[in-house]
Amino acid sequence: MTAYVIRRFLYAIPIALGVAVIIFSLVHIAPGDPLSALVPADAPSSVVERLRRDYGMDRPVPAQFVLWLGRTLSGDLGVSIATGRPVAGELTRAVANTLLLAVCASLIGFPLGILLGGVAGYFNGRAIDRIATATAITGVSVPHYWLGMLLVIVFSVELNLLPAMGMGPGGSSAWSWDWTHLRHLVLPAVTLSVIPMGIVTRTVRATVAEIMNEDFVEALRAKGMRESQVVRHVAKNAAPTALAVIGLQLGYLLGGSILVEVVFAWPGTGFMLNTAIIRRDLPLLQGTILVLSMFFVLVNLLVDILQTMLDPRMQRA
Amino acid sequence: MIIRFLKGWAIAVLAVGAFFGSAAASAETVLRIGMTASDIPLTAGQPDNGFEGYRFTGYTIYDALINWDLSSADKASDIRPGLATEWSVSENDPTVWTIELRQGVKFHDGSDFDADAVIWNLDKIFDENSPQYAPDQAAQVRGRITSLESYRKVDDDTVEITTKEPDSFFPYQLTYVLYSSPAHWEALGGDWNAFSGKPSGTGPFKAVNLVPRERLELVPNPDYWDQDRIPKTDRIVLMPIPEASARTSALLSGQVDWIEAPAPDAIPRMEAQGFSIVTNPYPHIWSWHLSRVPDSPWNDIRVRKAANLAVDREGMKVLLRDLMEPAKGHVLPSSPWFGQPSFDLHYDPDEAKRLMEEAGYSKDNPLKVTIKISPSGSGQMQPLPMNEFMQETLKEVGFDVAFEVMEWESLLSHWRAGAGDQINKGIDGLNVSYATVDPFSAFVRFMQSSQIPPNGLNWGHFSDPKLDELMTRARATFDETKRNEILAEVHTYAVDEALFVWVAHDVNPRAMSPNVQGFVQAQNWFQDLTPIRME
Repeated sequence: MTAYVIRRFLYAIPIALGVAVIIFSLVHIAPGDPLSALVPADAPSSVVERLRRDYGMDRPVPAQFVLWLGRTLSGDLGVSIATGRPVAGELTRAVANTLLLAVCASLIGFPLGILLGGVAGYFNGRAIDRIATATAITGVSVPHYWLGMLLVIVFSVELNLLPAMGMGPGGSSAWSWDWTHLRHLVLPAVTLSVIPMGIVTRTVRATVAEIMNEDFVEALRAKGMRESQVVRHVAKNAAPTALAVIGLQLGYLLGGSILVEVVFAWPGTGFMLNTAIIRRDLPLLQGTILVLSMFFVLVNLLVDILQTMLDPRMQRA
Repeated sequence: MIIRFLKGWAIAVLAVGAFFGSAAASAETVLRIGMTASDIPLTAGQPDNGFEGYRFTGYTIYDALINWDLSSADKASDIRPGLATEWSVSENDPTVWTIELRQGVKFHDGSDFDADAVIWNLDKIFDENSPQYAPDQAAQVRGRITSLESYRKVDDDTVEITTKEPDSFFPYQLTYVLYSSPAHWEALGGDWNAFSGKPSGTGPFKAVNLVPRERLELVPNPDYWDQDRIPKTDRIVLMPIPEASARTSALLSGQVDWIEAPAPDAIPRMEAQGFSIVTNPYPHIWSWHLSRVPDSPWNDIRVRKAANLAVDREGMKVLLRDLMEPAKGHVLPSSPWFGQPSFDLHYDPDEAKRLMEEAGYSKDNPLKVTIKISPSGSGQMQPLPMNEFMQETLKEVGFDVAFEVMEWESLLSHWRAGAGDQINKGIDGLNVSYATVDPFSAFVRFMQSSQIPPNGLNWGHFSDPKLDELMTRARATFDETKRNEILAEVHTYAVDEALFVWVAHDVNPRAMSPNVQGFVQAQNWFQDLTPIRME
């Protein structure tokens, strides 16, 4: 087991490097001069050139990459060219806000998805299955920014029950666990939970339905085992697949949804990425995408390890 | 039973919410503003985010030597004394300006504003070797103060600035340079980033509690030098809400009291609910810049005039729910520079068709033109529907308009490059909108031949000796009345020559709740937040 974990950790290194190369290339391939977004159209070229030099953008792209990688490995993500603030600090605050949102969305989406999927799979083909499946398909199909706007119109504008945006009085720096602040979390968290809920439902349903058709279930029943115990066996067999999907979805959630965070002006990584893209803030963009990708790699790693613990057959693979 | 339980639970939750909600409220008056910017504009002195930045973190926290007079909604706003009480140009040498500074002004940190502070701040943006040189602030403002050659302290209350050539527009350029506290910068260890978090200017508001990308709070500066402009609201909270529908919902649900640029579709609803929509035309023009390189179809004045006559501006106004002012020229008719053009911009498809036929084109044999446009962008209003409208209305008279759509920042770089650059090969025009607040930004940068890229923004490589001479003369005329007469000649000539396809002036819509009182929407990009009261 330890050897397996170490091996998986080592695999993560080339993945991280590959991700870094891709991020850097994509950001630089995108059209538009990063400085043109920051300075007025008629800024004199000498000043713009000085700024370009200050940010090291006058060097060839491969040299910029090496410099960036070197700094990044030593933990320095640089400073935002739009605000002059260190990227690491910006990122820490944004990640904390996104984490809050992602965890809440997970707490809504995953249990609901497992429950709906489990029930639908168990009662495969019956009315309850159709209802659950319809819910899942709706969840996956509805564009979540649209749903977010709809929820805002209903609950904020019409009913005036919940706030439409932000993290409450004082912003994220004044966050506390009381209803004044928590109520700001409700609409974005519900909106964000819908897609993972749908995807988890569909996966769990398919897995459970498949397992229910396997011979061993018949055998367990023939042995006279109680139905609740049969369900437990089925659940245990379905767990690794469900876990893999949940892990992937958790990765997406931690990445922060640009659309949902912009719709709710939630100051997380998605909102920040949106700003960074609009303003061509390359250091912020690179730093954010890199850290988010690392989250993804890390979550996948954890899921793999968990799966192996749940299903020892995986280790041999 | 279950329903009763749920009801009880909901009431309990609401009661808890109401309790915390009311506990958060207090007696102080607070104005919460939703901006269109995606981040708080820079706060260290020279703001970014264009003129929205100047509006909210520029002229609130800081002053310029010469400020804008934003007190009137009825006339185009002009400049007035700020940190300078007087300015005059030397009679012997019209490049030398003497500027008398206001005495007794203090920065928010308590240090004195004087000639040393002026020189220090000019070094901040012009002297790359000074310790306080701030490249990002320099990049924001240097393009707006292009005439400055050198500066020196005369005594504690006087500075002298020399311009590169005689330039009567220079006082307008001084409105863009804002003055940060040297002592405060020193106290913060010479760190502009730290200064941004704790800014110190001389303006009517002090900045407190900056939460990046979320909010900035402004509180009154009770010691402001202009006692008439001491803010009447206890606290202003600025929030970046870049998404129009999110801004609109925030206002409708009572989370903010004021939003910039509400979603047009929601305006009837806002009005029905008692929110006021404040609009006023201001120096902004939405136009097509025309290529005038050799072989451009726009070199034929009949084609330029036909395009101007083919645009149904009143129809477009209906499309935009009245949120535009049909253009009669480059500047508003209320501007002292409007003049008396004989070419009247109105919708006359028959005349347009006649002109096009004369030029050899018709609906069956249309003139093909390609225009670069953007799907969004600062001041661009609603570029896609507006340009599609133009395409339809021009088609009727014999134009076949094709668009090359690109993202706003890319469009700006293609604008800077000019029509003669390789990247604009085969492009006949470019849709871009901008401020026309002062003579340089209104006329010179687009119309003078010396401003052909890379020197300026004369995108179309337009060159006319008569206009060049007029603008040079206006620049060298220091008597305001005479200068305005020359600028009116410039504008008259430009309109009669149909230099651009002028379409709309934005009306700067903002929506506010009924308890926002005392706001006067000046005919300007900048607005004064000090007279606002919350009732």
